[in-house]
Amino acid sequence: MIPLQVVAIVLVGLGGLAVVAARDPLRQALVLGVYGLTLVILFVVLQAPDVALSELVVSTVAFPFILFTALAKMRDRE
Amino acid sequence: MSPRVRLGLFGVSAAVLACLFVWALTGLPQFGAFQGEYGRILNSAAGPERHVTNVVSAVTFDYRGFDTLGEEVLLFTAVMAVALLLREARSGDERRADAVRSDVVRAVGLFAVGPTVVMGLYVAAHGYLTPGGGFQGGVATASGLVLLYAAGRYRAYRAASPKTLIDFAEGTGVGTYVVVGLAGIVVGGSAFLENVVELGVKGTLASGGTIAILNAVSGLAVASACVLIFHEFLEELMTAK
Repeated sequence: MIPLQVVAIVLVGLGGLAVVAARDPLRQALVLGVYGLTLVILFVVLQAPDVALSELVVSTVAFPFILFTALAKMRDRE
Repeated sequence: MSPRVRLGLFGVSAAVLACLFVWALTGLPQFGAFQGEYGRILNSAAGPERHVTNVVSAVTFDYRGFDTLGEEVLLFTAVMAVALLLREARSGDERRADAVRSDVVRAVGLFAVGPTVVMGLYVAAHGYLTPGGGFQGGVATASGLVLLYAAGRYRAYRAASPKTLIDFAEGTGVGTYVVVGLAGIVVGGSAFLENVVELGVKGTLASGGTIAILNAVSGLAVASACVLIFHEFLEELMTAK
């Protein structure tokens, strides 16, 4: 395992922890996007660019978007 | 159950789990040790057989093309379910104001729309040459449109994604995949999804045979699926009840 891989794996671990530690759903959705970016770095470091691109578009656009709109809708109801 | 008993129970199960976990870790192959014979075979076969430079695309659209069709249909079904549920439930036509107040957000966001869409199309179009493909490029293209809403106005997003066109594109994307598959049986006379098109020159956009077509139509299907889902979610949010 080269140092870069170790750094990437540690980043992913910290990112995952941060998602669990964020308690507010809106903040959690944002942190989840950042966590996705750490996974993108890991996939690039492990030489899987196709997977990295998929992860990038899903974790930073599609998934947060759906979470944000759902949260906004729920806030409306309150 | 008292907290003490709970804690004890947790301690014992955590210890057992930790032991099993460590035991399992010691049995794993070395980090980076690749044992997939199938991957090695494909790496040497995909280039000569399908004239593509990105082996991953040969796997998704040829060697495992049928699985990808399953995923397309899955996405299609999910989108249809969202549209059915949300389109039915909406009633009011009133829309609330959603103008972006920050000039910087508007300027930077709207400036990014064009480059994002172009990059999405690029990633989709070059799927069988470089990393990327219909799925990644499709979502990226759709995200360019979302910027219209995020940095501009919902009305701009709606205008850029007319419902009838998007519905049509979604159906066409999935439908063409099946048609190309059937062409393998009818024209090729052999199997479903068998290549029936000229393989072309490796390394150029005109290569890969049916891989190029399937890549393009799944890009169309994924992009319109995303736009449609975003559309329905936004509509749900923007329509006052």
